[in-house]
Amino acid sequence: MADNAKLPPLPTGTFSARAVTWSKKNLFDGWFNTLLTLGSIAFLVWLIPPLVNWGILNATLTPSIEGCAEVTGACWGFVNANLRLILFGTYPYDEQWRPLLAMIVLMGIICFSLGGVKYPSFRKAIIPMWVIGVPIIAILMWGGALGLTYVQNSYWGGLPLTLILSAIGIIFAFPLGLLLALGRQSTMPAIKTISVVYIEVIRGVPLITVLFMASVMFPLFLPDGVTIDKLLRAQIGIILFTAAYLAEVFRGGLQAVPRGQFEAGDSLGLSYWQSMRLIILPQALRLVIPPTVNSFISMLKDTTLVVIIGLFDFLGTVKLALRSDPAWTKYYVEGYAFASAIFFLICFSMAKYSAYLEKELRKGEQR
Amino acid sequence: MSKTQNAPGGVRSKTVVDYLNDENVRAILYQIIAIGLVILAGWYLVSNTLVNLERQNISTGYGFLDLEASFEISESMVQYSAQSSYATALLVGLLNTVKVSLLGIILCTIIGTIFGIARLSSNWIVRKLATVYVEIFRNIPVLLQLFFWYAVIPNAFPHPRDAFEPLPGVLLTSRGMYMPVPVADNAYTLMGIAAIIAFVAIFLIKKWAKKRQDETGQPFPVFLVGTGIFIGLVFIAYLIGGAPTDMDIPELKGFNIRGGTNVSPEFLAVLIGLTVYTSTYVAEVVRSGIQAVPHGQWEAADSLGIKRSVALRKVILPQSMRVAIPPLTNQYLNLTKNSSLAVAVGYPDLVSVSNTTMNQTGQAIEAISIFMSIYLGLSLLTSLFMNWFNKKMALVER
Repeated sequence: MADNAKLPPLPTGTFSARAVTWSKKNLFDGWFNTLLTLGSIAFLVWLIPPLVNWGILNATLTPSIEGCAEVTGACWGFVNANLRLILFGTYPYDEQWRPLLAMIVLMGIICFSLGGVKYPSFRKAIIPMWVIGVPIIAILMWGGALGLTYVQNSYWGGLPLTLILSAIGIIFAFPLGLLLALGRQSTMPAIKTISVVYIEVIRGVPLITVLFMASVMFPLFLPDGVTIDKLLRAQIGIILFTAAYLAEVFRGGLQAVPRGQFEAGDSLGLSYWQSMRLIILPQALRLVIPPTVNSFISMLKDTTLVVIIGLFDFLGTVKLALRSDPAWTKYYVEGYAFASAIFFLICFSMAKYSAYLEKELRKGEQR
Repeated sequence: MSKTQNAPGGVRSKTVVDYLNDENVRAILYQIIAIGLVILAGWYLVSNTLVNLERQNISTGYGFLDLEASFEISESMVQYSAQSSYATALLVGLLNTVKVSLLGIILCTIIGTIFGIARLSSNWIVRKLATVYVEIFRNIPVLLQLFFWYAVIPNAFPHPRDAFEPLPGVLLTSRGMYMPVPVADNAYTLMGIAAIIAFVAIFLIKKWAKKRQDETGQPFPVFLVGTGIFIGLVFIAYLIGGAPTDMDIPELKGFNIRGGTNVSPEFLAVLIGLTVYTSTYVAEVVRSGIQAVPHGQWEAADSLGIKRSVALRKVILPQSMRVAIPPLTNQYLNLTKNSSLAVAVGYPDLVSVSNTTMNQTGQAIEAISIFMSIYLGLSLLTSLFMNWFNKKMALVER
């Protein structure tokens, strides 16, 4: 057992002894690592205390410009004073419980869908949840039914708008992307060409060009007298854009299903759609759940681009609040920090969950 | 019952139903339907568009490109004024897009590689710091980051009157960064030519050295010799050109800074935002690339007696490159496409200039078709180049 002599001693003894062993191995292993450690500590000492002073100790929550002028730290009062504007945009003030409720319903369905994919018994309920949930959200947001007053969608804004644009975007892009992916895998040259051209063209251009197209060119495409408003046009642009990316995600899943599975379907005498529905897709879709969640995350981040074509999503309302009073304008760091924190919370937790799902769904293959 | 089905012995002739059940016939039928639908949809959209354009009295065509643009562009790499044509304006936009994308790609590769390796470091604190950097900046929308930098840069630095001077001649102000540039001289053209000659020479030496090593096994210090040749040749060209030392140094004149070259806050915001955002993705690509190389490769190099630094360069990195190239291509393309967000902070990139053109001329379809096809072209070029590079690096199996 000569090899064992070389192994580091097992961490035993008191806590401090173990701490010394650990830090020798993880922090001060050689001159280069020691240098790195000291440099990193210096960096943290330079960064953290001023940040804490600015963000917490010297900050204020007082929702007034005067209150903010008194402190040297962050003016969270800007967020506090404009919270409703930032969260809901220009939605009528007295009706803002409706977008709040819609947002809660939407988040609930998203969480259920994300959580449900793990359990086969829940999976069946996901599609019905969306079929019921989307009309509920529509009624809450638009109103005009059940005694709710009608609210034009040009007044929609803030976090609900961001969530709606990305969630509806991915839901409608799902079937379209699936068709495109199947088309790309098809042996029929014409259908394959159409799918490939669509996917590659959309993936080759930035989302902002698609949004410009939606906002400027869509009105020209429609017959005289038919108009669709800006929000819907942006939503259609987002759906068309996401579909191309989802198609590539699905293609990855389809390609990962072994060839023998296709042949098994054929040898059972199943038709193309039967073998797709019963054999291929259940396996392929299970594989693409994590990358689909990642697509949703990028979608959520990308919907901020609708600011450029003049819609007030969550980022747009933060800018709106900053402009609402010239005295607030200088508190842009606080405004952007708040928006960043919300985006970070949503995206980071979903990304972590997606990574967890990936591990979880692969458990069956591990021996 | 039809006669054909009872025909004794012989091959029965096919009915229409049989044809419809034939897989090949069906395939053709489906394709005809699909093409028909696409043509129908296209025709519907085009005819609507033509009617609408006629109703709004918009003439179609690319004739407007020769007209005078009559708007200023704040920064341009070629001669441009308000009297130039729309075509020139679009070229200026394209060059600005290429400039910020290329610089962004170079910077994000360097920063991303550093953070990717740092995430695998054996040093706990370095590993955690790199993870925090990656997780924070990739989970915040890139547009939000652009807005942030665009708000910070003009506010973080002083007014030109009391500019901050970190290096002699380099001025940091709320209107961007000013740097000295050498006054144009023939010597610089000469130096450029010398650099090209040096590159050709290095290429030839590298070929020769590889041949010699293949034949005799003797290595040749290509890197050292090449660097020497490059520096030597360029320096000789500088001396031959008369060693000019005149610099155009930025100075405060009146209320503004004259001279030197200016890096605008818009450009800096776009560059920093895109670089930071994309570097987090590059870091993940680099990390997974290195992790994808089996540990046995290190051990194989050890057992052959190869030094660890050489093993990293000649054994590990080439293999991790193979895994990393396709996702890296995607990130470069993403950065190029995301540079279109420059329109939001007023950096005159292709989309921003096209947008102004579109608003002035009303030629929406033409302007959008131009920038869409340029982006498609750029994407295509990048993927063609990376495919070629990928093939070069790919594993050649028996």
